[in-house]
Amino acid sequence: MKDNQLLSLFGYFALLSLFAVGGANAAIPEMHRIAVEVMHWMSDRQFADSFAIAQVSPGPNIIIVTLIGYHVAGLPGAAVATIAMCGPSCIVAFLVARTWDRFKEARWRIAIQAGLVPVSLGLIAASAFVLARSADHNIYAAITTGLTALVGFATRINPLWVFALSGLLGLTGWL
Amino acid sequence: MTPEEFNEAFALSQFLPGPNVVNFSVVFGSRFGGVAGAAVALAGLMGPPLIIVTILAMLYARFGDLEMLGRILIGITAAAVGLLIAVVAKMAAPLFRTRWDWAPLIAIAAFIGVAIMQWPLPLVFVVLAPISVACAWVTR
Repeated sequence: MKDNQLLSLFGYFALLSLFAVGGANAAIPEMHRIAVEVMHWMSDRQFADSFAIAQVSPGPNIIIVTLIGYHVAGLPGAAVATIAMCGPSCIVAFLVARTWDRFKEARWRIAIQAGLVPVSLGLIAASAFVLARSADHNIYAAITTGLTALVGFATRINPLWVFALSGLLGLTGWL
Repeated sequence: MTPEEFNEAFALSQFLPGPNVVNFSVVFGSRFGGVAGAAVALAGLMGPPLIIVTILAMLYARFGDLEMLGRILIGITAAAVGLLIAVVAKMAAPLFRTRWDWAPLIAIAAFIGVAIMQWPLPLVFVVLAPISVACAWVTR
């Protein structure tokens, strides 16, 4: 049973690794779909919690997969999920980095770069949508999201300040 | 590394699949020392955060049911969603402002497919990415 869990973790995240154009933020909806809807590894709430923990931890946000992996199968799960999510894309990055410079001016390269931007944009917007559904349960939470969006858009504030404040609002029972 | 090379490596890691910062560390490290350089850069980037997040995972497994912790995390998620919306707005601004053509349509289609229809991401990607790249090819 446990081996099956590890295999599923590896299979899903390794595949996702190759399609997550736009990084961790673009991969959130698919992670949510698999972990909550398809595999029932965790509740909607636990997924949102994992996302929040990954946001406040140092390092790349993609370490949400480490949290999901740990939740599913302990330390082996954490290791397998992390390696599956980073391995395939790292190999691609390594191979592409060696040849990419040669095609700097190539028309197909410019088309690929320009063509992938709107796809990642749609995926990141989908992340916001999926997470908003589990986080914004009342009007104050929705207002917090709206205000943070404005602040994030207009300033270059360190997100940790925003998280400290919103965490405090949550703690005191506003959200 | 010159500033130009840095920008180039950065742009490359933005649109490669997978985690951007992780990609960047691989591209960056491989410029200096091939496979070994990439491995060292990756280990340096991921090592310490992985230890911290594993400890957090253990704490969450132990204390995740505490109502207090849950309330803090829900507050953080509400704000983090706001920051995601800000990222979307920043990315969308140039796309929607300069020309209302295929690009916003692709973004909206990707959003509907993944967020509303809840189709698998690889499926949505395999359908939309070639269309989008073809559009970029034709309109240039």
